[in-house]
Amino acid sequence: MRVLAAMSGGVDSAVAAARAVEAGHDVTGVHLALSTNPRSYRSGARGCCTIEDARDARRAADVIGIPFYVWDLAERFDADVVQDFVAEYARGNTPNPCLRCNEKIKFAAVLDRAVALGFDAVCTGHYARLLPGADGTGASRLARSADPNKDQSYVLAVLTGEQLSQAMFPLGDTVKAQVRAEAAQRGLAVAAKPDSHDVCFIADGDTAAFLRSRLGAAPGPIIDHDGQVVGTHDGSYGFTVGQRRGLRLGRPARDGKPRYVLGIEPVSKTVRVGPAEALDVTEIRAVRPVWSGCEPPPHPVQAHVQLRAHGDTYPATCAIDDGSLRIRLHRPARGVARGQAAVLYDGDTVLGSATIGAAA
Amino acid sequence: MTNLDTALDRAALGSRRDGAARVYLDHAATTAMLPEAVAAMAEELSQTGNPSSLHNAGRRARRVVEESRELIADAYGARPSEVVFTSGGTEADNLAVKGLYWARQAGVAGEAPSRPRVLATAVEHHAVLDSVHWLAEHQGAQAEWLPVDSRGKLHSGALAEAIERDPASVALVSVMWANNEVGTIQPVAELAAVAGEHGVPFHSDAVQAAGQLPVSLQRSGATALTITAHKLGGPVGVGALLLARGAEPVPVLHGGGQERDVRSGTLDAAAIRAFAVAVEHIVTHLDEQAARVRQLRDMLIDRVRAEVPEAILNGPESGPERLPSNAHFSFPGCEGDALLMLLDAKGIACSTGSACTAGVAQPSHVLLAMGADDARARGSLRFSLGHTSTADDVTALSAVIGEVVERARRAGR
Repeated sequence: MRVLAAMSGGVDSAVAAARAVEAGHDVTGVHLALSTNPRSYRSGARGCCTIEDARDARRAADVIGIPFYVWDLAERFDADVVQDFVAEYARGNTPNPCLRCNEKIKFAAVLDRAVALGFDAVCTGHYARLLPGADGTGASRLARSADPNKDQSYVLAVLTGEQLSQAMFPLGDTVKAQVRAEAAQRGLAVAAKPDSHDVCFIADGDTAAFLRSRLGAAPGPIIDHDGQVVGTHDGSYGFTVGQRRGLRLGRPARDGKPRYVLGIEPVSKTVRVGPAEALDVTEIRAVRPVWSGCEPPPHPVQAHVQLRAHGDTYPATCAIDDGSLRIRLHRPARGVARGQAAVLYDGDTVLGSATIGAAA
Repeated sequence: MTNLDTALDRAALGSRRDGAARVYLDHAATTAMLPEAVAAMAEELSQTGNPSSLHNAGRRARRVVEESRELIADAYGARPSEVVFTSGGTEADNLAVKGLYWARQAGVAGEAPSRPRVLATAVEHHAVLDSVHWLAEHQGAQAEWLPVDSRGKLHSGALAEAIERDPASVALVSVMWANNEVGTIQPVAELAAVAGEHGVPFHSDAVQAAGQLPVSLQRSGATALTITAHKLGGPVGVGALLLARGAEPVPVLHGGGQERDVRSGTLDAAAIRAFAVAVEHIVTHLDEQAARVRQLRDMLIDRVRAEVPEAILNGPESGPERLPSNAHFSFPGCEGDALLMLLDAKGIACSTGSACTAGVAQPSHVLLAMGADDARARGSLRFSLGHTSTADDVTALSAVIGEVVERARRAGR
């Protein structure tokens, strides 16, 4: 197969590309330039697509012995990921930009371009496994990584069967420590490079400051669950459901218990807070479901639902209702944020993903 | 074999996967060194001696430098004392633009410049463009971008008009001899005469021209000309500013006072000798070589147009206003970097002809200045021929350009 390997400059995508070559594929490396204004250097474990990352990717391609190019996707990334991120926060939601990048950039814009240019698949260093689909469909199924700490199936669950059938995740059956060891063995200089964390386009990691610079100050009240104003804030986008720290409440709660964010109402600029128990939800409505290489279930199904990246799973009954997904958790989950994905698993295999719209 | 050799071998094999022969159509980026230049350089590299040293070894090295200087001066219509060796075109352009700008200011540092205006075309190489921008941002200069027509040519009337707005305030004019992207040849002698009428120094970046056209400091009337070795069969890392007597740019590099204090730094005798050998070979064979390359280039233009009728040739048609080696096309509906990658996979090397940030192609400032829209500027490719080019290279390109454009168009923008 002709394979396009997306190479971030990190250790995972470098080893993934090397494995694709070793599997006998004709591999071309591509670094995606996602920032319109790339910084020169990485600062710690944050950020990506700096000029240094582009160089690291190029050097990895040299060592692996594959052609290498840089593709400029900065405009698409800004429109589909960064602006979406800002708009979602402005609506009081908590988006996952990695998920959006996989959905709109890596396995849409990049995949489409690769296919048009004659490639058969896009290879990445994601920690997730691809399983053969049901007979005849040709679609692949997505499953959790062999490394439970690195598993990224949650942010890939938004891909359709068609997208999955043109994806390649050579690291799915390997744990991270092994990938690093293999990188060192292969002479890849990125073997010891720190993992990326946080949001790649917020270089200093200060999401609140980033949002403030995009959305401006929008002060409003913080209201306790009994309707009392207990504080003020500079912008409701600085909060996520379930958040406890950084509320700076002017007065202690009457019951003396800590307060958590229960809800965000951007129109009235109101942040609602309350005690921990008020965070418990059992009913979730999730919109725009995507079925991961399988047919939509015709009847309610029993599944395990994951409600945020690296979060716990909850046994649940899930049913399609008027185009959206109704999820009834068998035990309550705490701190479910609008805008995050609800990903349905059957054991380790992904069934589908939908965006959390409401929880109660 | 060293590890590096093995890795490089593997890389070469990886990119030669379809067994296609390598076709090099990017001579404007850099061209193969002439065998006689390689031999001269290798011989000189095994010698020891700093040309500035006073002993026998130094005198020997100095003799190599001075003989080379005489050859280069003779080839480009200059006196030996008018040749200032540099590390290449970028340094020579920086020295000319910044050095002449500073030299033209009457007052002392910190005062407002007495002659703030720097006139240059918007299609200059970045070595000139960014030097002018830097002067404007940090030294109080006023950058004025001279307009070019849709083929990239500056008309002398436009220069006259710009200078005459206030001749006393112009520090210098810089107009390239031939454009590196689209191959447009400027009427340098005419332009230098206009500047000369007002006593304004005139610099021209002749990096692309020096291996293909008769270039003469004296006959052009220019104050300063930039040339570089690696575009004409010499090594990378050496070039020269031809500097007419009387022009005294303020140095950019300070140090040991070499090159009559204009450019400090130990002279690289081996590179300078190879530079001179290449120049001598090039100017001796200039006409026949230019005619041969022009014929191949015209064949390339015809073949590409035959395969891709909608391709747009940027710059002047083949003729006296276009560099013999240059062909530059826009392929509507395609992105240049997709075309480049597809051709590279088929063993054909060419260029999108534009600057890079982390390897990201920017739309060509040259095409934008010529009035092209963003899409046309992005969807362009430069093919440039040179002394190793053959008809087989052109045939190889014409065999694949149709399908490559077709595929790149499907990949869209």
